[in-house]
Amino acid sequence: MFIANYIGLLHGSETHLKDSLLKVAEHHKSEPDIEYICQMLAGWSDMHIQHLEHFIKRYEEAKESEPDKLQKTLFHGIRKGALGLLRDLHDLYLLATEVEISYMVITQASQALRDDELEKFCKDAIKETERQINWLKTRLKQSAPQVLVAAG
Amino acid sequence: MHETRDSIKDIWGGRTPYYGSWPERVDERTLEEPERWVQSACVLCSNDCGMDIGVKDGKIVGVRGRAVDRVNHGRLGPKGLHAWEANNSPDRLKYPMIKRNGKLEQASWDEAMELIVRRSREIIEKHTSNAIGFYTTGQLFIEEYYTLGVIGKAGLGTPHMDGNTRLCTATAAASLMESFGSDGQPGSYTDLDTTELIMLAGHNMSNTQTVLWTRILDRLSGAKPPVIIVIDPRRTWTAAKADVHLAPRAGTNVAVLNGLQNLLIEMGKIDPEFITQHTTGFEVLKKTVSSYTPENVEKLTGVPEGDLRRAAQLIGEAKSMVSTCLQGVYQSNQATAAACQVNNIHLLRGMLGRQGCGVLQMNGQPTAQNTRETGCDGALPAFRNWDNPSHIEELARIWNVNPVIIPHWSAPTHAMQLFRYCEEGSIKMLWISATNPAVSMPDLARIREILDKRDLFLVVQDAFLTETSHRADVLLPAAIWGEKTGTFTNVDRTVHISYKAVEPPGEARSDLDIFLDYARRMEFKDKDGQPLIKWNDPEGAFEAWKVCTEGRMCDYSGMTYEKLSKGSGIQWPCNEKFPDGAERIYTNFVFNTGFEDCETFGHDLDTGAVTSLQEYKAIDPKGKAWLRASDYHSPHESPDEEYPFWLTTGRIVYHFHTRTKTGRSKELYDAAADAFLQISETDASRLGIKEGDWVEVTSRRGMVQMQAAVGKIEPGQLFIPFHYGYWDGDFRPRAANELTITEWDPVSKQPHFKYAAVKISKISPQQLSEDPDKEKQKGVFQSIGSLIDTISGAILIGGRH
Ligand code: SF4
Repeated sequence: MFIANYIGLLHGSETHLKDSLLKVAEHHKSEPDIEYICQMLAGWSDMHIQHLEHFIKRYEEAKESEPDKLQKTLFHGIRKGALGLLRDLHDLYLLATEVEISYMVITQASQALRDDELEKFCKDAIKETERQINWLKTRLKQSAPQVLVAAG
Repeated sequence: MHETRDSIKDIWGGRTPYYGSWPERVDERTLEEPERWVQSACVLCSNDCGMDIGVKDGKIVGVRGRAVDRVNHGRLGPKGLHAWEANNSPDRLKYPMIKRNGKLEQASWDEAMELIVRRSREIIEKHTSNAIGFYTTGQLFIEEYYTLGVIGKAGLGTPHMDGNTRLCTATAAASLMESFGSDGQPGSYTDLDTTELIMLAGHNMSNTQTVLWTRILDRLSGAKPPVIIVIDPRRTWTAAKADVHLAPRAGTNVAVLNGLQNLLIEMGKIDPEFITQHTTGFEVLKKTVSSYTPENVEKLTGVPEGDLRRAAQLIGEAKSMVSTCLQGVYQSNQATAAACQVNNIHLLRGMLGRQGCGVLQMNGQPTAQNTRETGCDGALPAFRNWDNPSHIEELARIWNVNPVIIPHWSAPTHAMQLFRYCEEGSIKMLWISATNPAVSMPDLARIREILDKRDLFLVVQDAFLTETSHRADVLLPAAIWGEKTGTFTNVDRTVHISYKAVEPPGEARSDLDIFLDYARRMEFKDKDGQPLIKWNDPEGAFEAWKVCTEGRMCDYSGMTYEKLSKGSGIQWPCNEKFPDGAERIYTNFVFNTGFEDCETFGHDLDTGAVTSLQEYKAIDPKGKAWLRASDYHSPHESPDEEYPFWLTTGRIVYHFHTRTKTGRSKELYDAAADAFLQISETDASRLGIKEGDWVEVTSRRGMVQMQAAVGKIEPGQLFIPFHYGYWDGDFRPRAANELTITEWDPVSKQPHFKYAAVKISKISPQQLSEDPDKEKQKGVFQSIGSLIDTISGAILIGGRH
């Protein structure tokens, strides 16, 4: 059974998502909405991570190196300015979709395992991940034309 | 001189008690006997009271209320009776000016307009029209907004256009859209005439719309007086009339309103049939509010359990109900979410669309409704949905342009973001009309820096030299109300016409003429190479606007200038079906949420993420209203050890906006000559502060100094009126927005003026600092020196009378 590996993968990606959201909030303070919304979204990820502990114990988490790699390629050093913000949001989006798909995979497994508790957790969490993704999409759409066309 | 009352002392005038039909009472104030009267309406707040302008020898000499008008039945408040004097002020701008070597110098219209056109062309060539932004107002006329909207959207094709209405009324629009699918007020002022209960949420109506408050005072003194519930942290004049006054801590409106809904659901005081047939989202709402028990709400908000229960009981018992919201909701934490909860209460109880039942999501400025309708306020004209391709095609057809020119790749840029783009340099030309961000926007030190940026080409059109306009590269003198003809709409959808009564001073031109001139010089064309703007005067613009609104909810197609000139203002929708306008909308409880019609596909109330077209199609409520649920989240800045007080900012009865007009009436000026800090008795005595003592108030963003006024506010909270800036003399820092926070509601993008963490200390008069705007052009400001001499130094405070 590889469920433990996958919970490990999810735990890693959710943690990276949270850390990266906080970093973006800090780096792009001069964009006021970015600061407080990223902090709020990081709070949601943090809640998920806390809940996950319970299932980690249940399935004995097996560490996965995949999410670490993922984050390294996405965030290397601080990117400044409007283009930097666009790139950072872009990367956050990729990280969040990684989290989303992990929840989806584990939801499937939880059904096969008849683990109602895990299933409910994943279904609730994925809703918030989707909200994170939706916000990132909205904000990316808003920034993109200005940065790529008018700036410079 | 004829004056029916001294409205400075007697703000609301004598009572005419009633139930059902509000009696007439004609208020008047003229300085000389007029030769003629010219039909108009007041533009000093969102009530838009019908008034006539008295003219003698080509000068405005006074005003009187229009008895036939449905809005005010003849009454006028202090601002309406006095502020017209600003038209005659000696310091009106009379000719265009261009900044040369750091100084504004007189120029001709040709020079000024050619310079604007040349810079526009250069910027477009190098950076596209995405580098041009417009920041307009809540004080122009429909004809002007619509022309500006078409210039921006179909001429230049820039997404960057917003109004200062973002600061006052964006949440009204956003909450109506989220709940009912579209902007547009469900209620009517006549609902106040019979309703059993009025709930005012964050709305100090006695100060902000004095004539509307007079209507309520008259109800209270007549037969079957309504129950009044007020939600406001301050003990205002409005709160003094409340049967129940809920005074929550700053930023906790959602918790209070969730608590009320929870009690209503628990007590079974809801209308299950209405909920099933006409709403969607009840189960989620019920679950969300279930944890807001009176005990929890008391912990979160400070509102005593018993008061909340009493309020819920009264609401539960009332057979009809009107609610209003204003800045205490709109400019505070979770603005849109809170305003939606007020809509929810009406939906839960089926109290909409019939006599005595309505929601009035109030506007702040007189023509704010029109900024929203015409597409100057981050929306598309006539409540069209930027995310719906068929709406874009419709506009393209109306304007005879290729749809791709109309920017619709994302929501139009909101004001706060617009200034951010200026700050980071991607907007290179900003055109400000009739507003004063250097006093009205949050965090003024930052705003001044942005406006002063060397690489920002700043065009300002205004009637006066203001804290903003003296910073312009090109300053255009504008004609104002009374000097031009046009129409505008108030919060209960009543449209008024206001005729030109006198000539503008010097070379000043109407905003419409300025925009038309720009369009001509820029040679904006339609698809067939014909001029994009096909009208040359106000009536032509109004006719074009009618075409744009036909078949939409805000349908003006049945109105004409002639019809509007006959007597009372007329409510939209006005069309073949409702030739005299419709009193209420949603009378069949079919809301504007259908996929084809809605103005928005909705947002996540916590993040502002938009719902996509596909997602909305899948959940199309087809005319059912949305019950939008939201949990309470604490504000992002809260008092701490270093900054232990909550600061809230707001209005006082004698002034409007940044006093550019009201400050030019001697009586209004004297009635409230300076900013002040309102502080509770408890805090004042603890800090050794007495009435009239000088205090310094500091936040993480700035500092102000003013005299203290003690009382009528809860301990821990402070209040400063936001009207005061620096145009009328050299002052120590005194603009409330030196302190406020750059932060906004995720959905409506309205800034949070209602809370900031601050600290205070007592200072001596010798410790007063220099004017932060001292660079302003002293020479030009000096002409108002005589006015300054009249400063009485008296401070006047909302709750003392
Ligand atoms: S209530 Fe508003 S519109 Fe009416 S007179 Fe007063 S300021 Fe003018």
